[in-house]
Amino acid sequence: MHVPDGFFNVPVSAGAGVVAAAGVAVCLRRARQELDDRTAPMAGLVAAFIFAVQMLNFPVAAGTSGHLLGGALAAILVGPATAVLCVAVVLLVQGFFFADGGLTALGVNITLMAIVTSLVGWAVFRLASRSAPRSRTAVIVGSFLAALVSVPTSALVFTALFWLGGTAPIELSSVAAAMGGVHVLIGLGEALITALTVSSVLAVRPDLVYGARGLAAPLVLRTADGEVAVEKPATGPATPPAPKRGPRPILLGGGLVALLLAGVVSFYASSAPDGLNKVAADKGFNAYERPHDLENGPLAGYGVSGVEDERLSGGLAGIAGVGITVLVGGAIFFTVRRRRQDKAVA
Amino acid sequence: MSAGHHHALYLPGDTPVHRLPPQCKLIAAMGFAVAVVATPREAWGAFGVDVLLLAVVAAVARIPPALVLRRMVVEVPFVLFAVAIPFIGLGERIEVLGVSLSLPGLWAAWNILAKATLGVVASILLAATTEPRMMLLGAERLRLPALLVQIAMFMLRYMSVILDQARRMRIARESRGFVARDIRQAPVLARSAGALFIRSYERGERVHLAMLSRGYTGQMPVIDDLPASWRQWSAAAVLPALALTTAVVARSLV
Repeated sequence: MHVPDGFFNVPVSAGAGVVAAAGVAVCLRRARQELDDRTAPMAGLVAAFIFAVQMLNFPVAAGTSGHLLGGALAAILVGPATAVLCVAVVLLVQGFFFADGGLTALGVNITLMAIVTSLVGWAVFRLASRSAPRSRTAVIVGSFLAALVSVPTSALVFTALFWLGGTAPIELSSVAAAMGGVHVLIGLGEALITALTVSSVLAVRPDLVYGARGLAAPLVLRTADGEVAVEKPATGPATPPAPKRGPRPILLGGGLVALLLAGVVSFYASSAPDGLNKVAADKGFNAYERPHDLENGPLAGYGVSGVEDERLSGGLAGIAGVGITVLVGGAIFFTVRRRRQDKAVA
Repeated sequence: MSAGHHHALYLPGDTPVHRLPPQCKLIAAMGFAVAVVATPREAWGAFGVDVLLLAVVAAVARIPPALVLRRMVVEVPFVLFAVAIPFIGLGERIEVLGVSLSLPGLWAAWNILAKATLGVVASILLAATTEPRMMLLGAERLRLPALLVQIAMFMLRYMSVILDQARRMRIARESRGFVARDIRQAPVLARSAGALFIRSYERGERVHLAMLSRGYTGQMPVIDDLPASWRQWSAAAVLPALALTTAVVARSLV
């Protein structure tokens, strides 16, 4: 079921949209590395396959049937980045061409069904199949576990989003219990179907299963002179070296985050005493406390002296602190690096 | 997700709405959906205005109401959920026809129903007046990543092929006496799914080779140019602008 409009409030929908866009952007880059110029037709066909397989009704018990979501299956068959793209494209097509799923809820739907299921499924698959000796059985069991975990995890993320910005006044624990319970059952069904599908593909074309790369035995030629083992041809395109972007984005981003935390968020920090202060007060040895030598300094006590407004004073002190730390720390590291470079050159 | 809604919604026609460039219609639909979601739930009048706006668009585009109503069936699972909310919701309870319902729950159910319905109808009108391929070209004009648009184009192009293949597999299964009764028949369906994947993947490889032998260099050539004039953009902007104004007015009044 796709989330419709109005189910989540505007901030959560917008935030999920940003997360979805970022996730899809990252996967676009990685998918090119996985498939190079074959990406568009291959991923398109796999997306069509996922769309078709989502309509396959699997019998569960008398009268009831379930159907596949496909995130974990796609991740194991074509790799995580391509899987995220394929399921995201399926969701976009369903939203715009079939009016299935709200237009403002696309971010939530893509995050829940494309990103969370595929990536969690792939992570569990790698964990499960690498912890056992590499074999087909390990791949099949890994896919079962991957699908089994991915579906309830997606339900959990849904519950978290609901807690953040759901518009229905239902007890969070009942939402969690209902969603979690139902999706564990759905996950069981999905796990069974995923494992069976992966095993059927492995039986016919094991080279098509991304999760089973490296399982193929090397080709052995028996010639008149004896047996010659042929080198396995390199699977997939050579990955081009990623362009170096330098530390600037991280420095800028990290600096911004630090300023935000120190300048704004710090005001909302807890005012309860920290561990040492509390123990000192309880045990009574805070009586031995002496005033700090620099107690009358301009930034003493994380406040700018002379600024009356508490929030502004604390915020300015925080920003000043970040600035001073960056300058002093940067100067030290720069000096150390210069000395190392000089030593290396000499 | 219910099976069977894979018939495309597009209804060919030659109306002013059909003639608008797809990127304008995409922005209009999304803007309308955002305005609807931003409308406070107590603003009955605002929702009425939104319904009127959609009715006007449907009338101009000559989309029969029966088509819209039929495709609104897609919404049914969430209607059921929304109806259940007043029964299980928290907060103060009131008596309605002898049944104790949660007041915030009633509001929340109305909120979800109204906004979801308006969103679905807007999507239906968008899909009914825009050819799928044009919609993707419009998305590309709006700077959606070219790779994503290409993947979507290939998906659309081969969707009916793959779906037909799945349908033929189903007919083949049933004509050999297969009846899906319980979970023990799941391996058969999984084998069909596996075969479908292999066929789709190999088709993808053949499509790629065919493209290479016709000179594909990794970039799809741009054939259609979809310019949109200021007049067309303003015409398309009328819908979301009115909806947004209504939402803002409603917010200030509430």
